[in-house]
Amino acid sequence: MNAPVTYKVSIGLETHVQLRTRSKIWCTCPNRFGRPPNTDVCPVCLGYPGTMPVLNAAAVKQTVCAGLLLGCTINYRSKFDRKSYFYPDMPKNYQISQYDQPLCTGGAVTIEVDDQPRTIRIQRIHLEEDVAKNVHFADVSGVDFNRAGTPLMEIVSEPDIESADEAFAYLQALKQMLVYGGITDGNLEEGNIRCDINCSVRPVGQQELGTKTEIKNMNTFKGVHRSLTYEIQRQIDVLQAGGRITQETRRWDDERGVTSAMRSKEYAHDYRYFPEPDLVPVVLEESPLETWRAALPEMPAQRRARFVADLGLPPYDAEVLVADKAVADFFEAALAAGAAPKPASNWVMTELLRALGEKEWTLAEARITPENLARLLQLLEEGQINTPAAKTIFSACFEQGGDPVAIMQAKGLSQVSDEGALTAWVDAAIAAHPKSVADYQGGKPAALQFLMGQVMRASRGKANPPKVLAALKAKLDA
Amino acid sequence: MAARFPSTIAAWRQALEAKPRHNLPSLLANLASAIDRCNPGLNCYIDWDGGEVQKALGGIDPEPRPGAGPLEGVPIGIKDVLNVKDQPCHCASRILEGYISPYDATVVARLRRAGAIPLGRLNMDEFAMGSTNENSAYGPVRNPWNKDHVAGGSSGGAAAAVAAGVAVAALGTDTGGSIRQPAAFCGCVGLKPSYGRVSRYGLTAFASSLDQVGPVTRTVADAATLLQCIAGRDPLDTTSLDVPVPDYTAALGSELGGLKLGLPAEYFADGVDPEVTRAVRAAIDECRRLGAEIIEVQLPHTRYAVATYYIIATAEASANLARFDGVRYGARVAGQDPLDSYQRTRATYFGPEVKRRIILGTYVLSSGYHDAYYLRAQKVRTLIRQDFERVFDQCDALLTPVAPTTAYRLGERIDDPLQMYLGDIFTVTANLAGICGLSVPCGFSTTGLPIGLQILGPALREATILQIGHAYEQATNWSAQHPPHGREAIQS
Ligand SMILES: [Zn+2]
Repeated sequence: MNAPVTYKVSIGLETHVQLRTRSKIWCTCPNRFGRPPNTDVCPVCLGYPGTMPVLNAAAVKQTVCAGLLLGCTINYRSKFDRKSYFYPDMPKNYQISQYDQPLCTGGAVTIEVDDQPRTIRIQRIHLEEDVAKNVHFADVSGVDFNRAGTPLMEIVSEPDIESADEAFAYLQALKQMLVYGGITDGNLEEGNIRCDINCSVRPVGQQELGTKTEIKNMNTFKGVHRSLTYEIQRQIDVLQAGGRITQETRRWDDERGVTSAMRSKEYAHDYRYFPEPDLVPVVLEESPLETWRAALPEMPAQRRARFVADLGLPPYDAEVLVADKAVADFFEAALAAGAAPKPASNWVMTELLRALGEKEWTLAEARITPENLARLLQLLEEGQINTPAAKTIFSACFEQGGDPVAIMQAKGLSQVSDEGALTAWVDAAIAAHPKSVADYQGGKPAALQFLMGQVMRASRGKANPPKVLAALKAKLDA
Repeated sequence: MAARFPSTIAAWRQALEAKPRHNLPSLLANLASAIDRCNPGLNCYIDWDGGEVQKALGGIDPEPRPGAGPLEGVPIGIKDVLNVKDQPCHCASRILEGYISPYDATVVARLRRAGAIPLGRLNMDEFAMGSTNENSAYGPVRNPWNKDHVAGGSSGGAAAAVAAGVAVAALGTDTGGSIRQPAAFCGCVGLKPSYGRVSRYGLTAFASSLDQVGPVTRTVADAATLLQCIAGRDPLDTTSLDVPVPDYTAALGSELGGLKLGLPAEYFADGVDPEVTRAVRAAIDECRRLGAEIIEVQLPHTRYAVATYYIIATAEASANLARFDGVRYGARVAGQDPLDSYQRTRATYFGPEVKRRIILGTYVLSSGYHDAYYLRAQKVRTLIRQDFERVFDQCDALLTPVAPTTAYRLGERIDDPLQMYLGDIFTVTANLAGICGLSVPCGFSTTGLPIGLQILGPALREATILQIGHAYEQATNWSAQHPPHGREAIQS
C-alpha cells in the first residue's frame, strides 16, 4: 500500500488521448507524427486571420465510440466552446474544447489490483484540439505547429482512484480498451496519451475530500505512478506535521523524483469559456450511432473469455496474449492459417514475446508473419523438424523473414527419420559407451538420456528424437 | 446628369461589350487614374500606389470573354478585412503590418470564379470596430459629399469609393451596421445578407456570430448581381446555410403591389434628426404609392439592442483578436518572455478603440461577470430575435432610417464612444437577429449630406428587400447623383 491506513487517498485523472484520424480536427492537414517541424500545417491550424474550423466527423465518431466502449451516455446534442489563454503553443490563443455539453457523460473502467476488482467511474469525455509543441534551443525557442489541431479526446475520471497502483492499472486498462477500439495508437513515446492528475488525501472517516493538488502534463504511466507515490506521501507528511495542503498546481521533476509547486502565474487562468460561434452544435442521429455501436470491436475482457471458452486456452495464456492487441491479432491470424491453439499460444508467449523483448521491437517491426508461424508449427507437428530446428527457423523468420520450408531446406534442418541412418548412429553410440549401456541395463534409466544425447549430437540435432528413443530401447531391451 | 464613366457593374460590362469594344486594360487604367486623383482627398484605398492595376492585370486575360461570367472583367474593391491571396490584409491595423495573405477568402474565390478582378484594399475602421472610419491606422476616410464629414464605418472606404465612382462595386462586411450605415452616409447601396447566407471563411473575424460579408454598390441591381455570385453554402464555413440561392435579379421589378411593409414605432422615436425622419417618411409614401400596404408594428426590445450588441460583439472580439500576438505573422515587439512580448506587441500595435473593446469583451466574459453580462445579453438577443419573428408574421419587410443622423463631422464623436455606439441603434438589431437589411439612398439633408432608407427583411428573404429597394430606386433618382469629390466631378 502507498498510504498508511489512517489516510484515504482520492485521485482523479484527466487523460488526453490523441485520436487516430487521417486528418487533423479542423483542417485537412495529415494527422501524423515525426515530420520535420512546421510541414504539416496550413492557414487553419496556424490560426491565420479569417480561417475557420471544420469539424472532422471521424474525430466525433471515435470519441463517441470511446464513450460506447466505456459505457457512457452519448449526448445527442453537444457543442464546442472557446477556452482562452495566452501561450505560444496556442495558434489562436484560445483552444476549441467542450465546456458544458461534452459528447459523452458517465461510464466506467473496471480495474483489478491485487486480485481486487474495482470500478472507476468516468465523469465525461469531450473532444478538443491538441496544441503545438514548444521547442527550446540554446538561446531561442521555437514552436512546431505540426501537432496543433490533432484531435484530442479528454477522459475525465471521478476521484475514485485510491492509490498509485490503481492509477497505473486504470491507465493500462484505458489504453488497452482504446487501442482495441482502434481509437488511438496508444504510443506514449509519441505523446498519444498524456494526463493531468488531481490528488488529495484525508483521514479515514472524514467524508469530504481533502484539498487537492494538480500535477500537470504527465506523459508516462510510470511517471504517473512515481509522482503519485511521492505526492501522496508528501500530503500525508504535511497533514501529520499539523500542516495544511495548499490547492495548487505542481510540477513533477522526473530526475529528482519530486513534485514542486508552480508559480501561480503559470497556471492561474480565467479561461472565459463561451460557445464557439464558428461551429454549429454537434447533433447525433440515432441510426449512425446504432451502426457504430454494432461495429464496435471486441474488448480485451471479451477476448480473454473467448480464448478460454472457445479455444480452450488456460486463463493465464489468454491474459498474456490479449494484453497487447497486436500480439493477440497475430495469434488469431496464425490460427486462421491453420495453427492449433495451444502450440500457437506456447510459441507466441515464449519465442515471439521473448524475441520482441530482446530486440525491443514492436510486433510491426518483426518480419515473421502469422502464416510463417502456422507453417512452422505444421513442420513440427509432421515431424519434419525437431524443436531445436524449429527455434532456429523461427529466429530466421523473426529477423529476416521468409518461408519456413525454404529456410529449413536452405539450412539443412530437415529431421532425419530414415531407419538406416538412425540405426548407424544408435549402433555407434552403444559401441562407444559400454559403461552407459551397462548402467541402463543395471537399472539406471538416466543412462538412456545420455545415450540419446550422443545420438542427437552425432546427427547434429537432426535425428528424430522419438525414433531415436525407440531404436535405443529396442536394441538395449532386447 | 448622365454618368460619363462606367460606375456600375452593369455599365462596366456594357462598356466591355459595346462595339467598338473598350478594352479592359484601358478601362482599368482610366479607373486607376481616377483613384490616383480622388484617393489623396478621400483616403478610401489603403496603400494605393497605382501598381494595383498592373498586378491585377498580371493574373487575368486582358481580353475578357463577355458573357463568360456575370462579373467578367469587372473590378471589385475589397474591404481590407477580407483575405486575398498574395495581398496584404491589414484590417486597417498596424498589428498586421507585413502580413501577406496565403489564401483567398471564399467570397473572393467566388468573385474570381464569376470573372471579377479583386482590386485594391478599401479602408475601414481597425478590425471593423467603429462607425466613422476614424479608427483606421491608415487615417480616416472622408465623405465624398463633404470632406469635413466622415464616410461612416466600418466599411467607410468601400462606401466612399463606390459613391465617388472610384470603385465599380465593393465587398464590405457588416457586424452591426458596417455596410448599411456608411452606404447611407455616402449615398450608395449597402446590403447585409442574413447570417449564414454568405461564407465568412477568409473574413478576419470581429464578432463571429454577427459578421456577414455583403455588397456595397451604386445600384440595387448591382447588389443583387454581387450577392448572386457570393451567396451559398461553403464547406469551409459550417455556419453557412445549405439553402438554395434564389435568382435575385429575377425578383427585381417596379411594383410593390401585394407587399405589406411595417414601420417599427421604436425606430421613429425621439432622437432622430428631423431631416432624416422627413426623408424616410417621404420614402415610405413613395413605397405606398408603388402599391405597398404600410402598417405600424412594435419591436419592444429595441432599447436593449445597443447594450446587448456591445456585450456580445466585444466578447467574441476579445477571443477573435487574441491570435494577433506577433508570433506567426504581423508586427512583433520583443520581450523578456513570450507573454511579455505579447503584451508589448498588442499594446504597441492595437489602436485605442480596439483595446477598449478587447478589454470590455474580456471583462464581460470574466468569471463572476460572465452570467450578469454575457449570458444575460444572449437571453436578450433571443428576445430581440423573437421580436422580429413576430413582426414578420405581420408584414414582409420593415422600413426604417439607417442611422439617426447624417454623417458626423470628422472628430465630432471620436472622444465620446458611448454616443458613437448609440448611433448604431437601428442597424445592430439585424445582426443580433440574423436577418437581412438593405440601405438605399432616400434623399439629402439641407447641407447636402445623403440620407439612407433601411429595408429589413426576414432571414433569407434578400429577394424581397432587393425587390423593394429596386422599385423605390427606380421611382426616385437619388442613386444617379454624383458627389463633388468623386470621379465625375474631378476627372475631365
Ligand atoms: Zn492544417
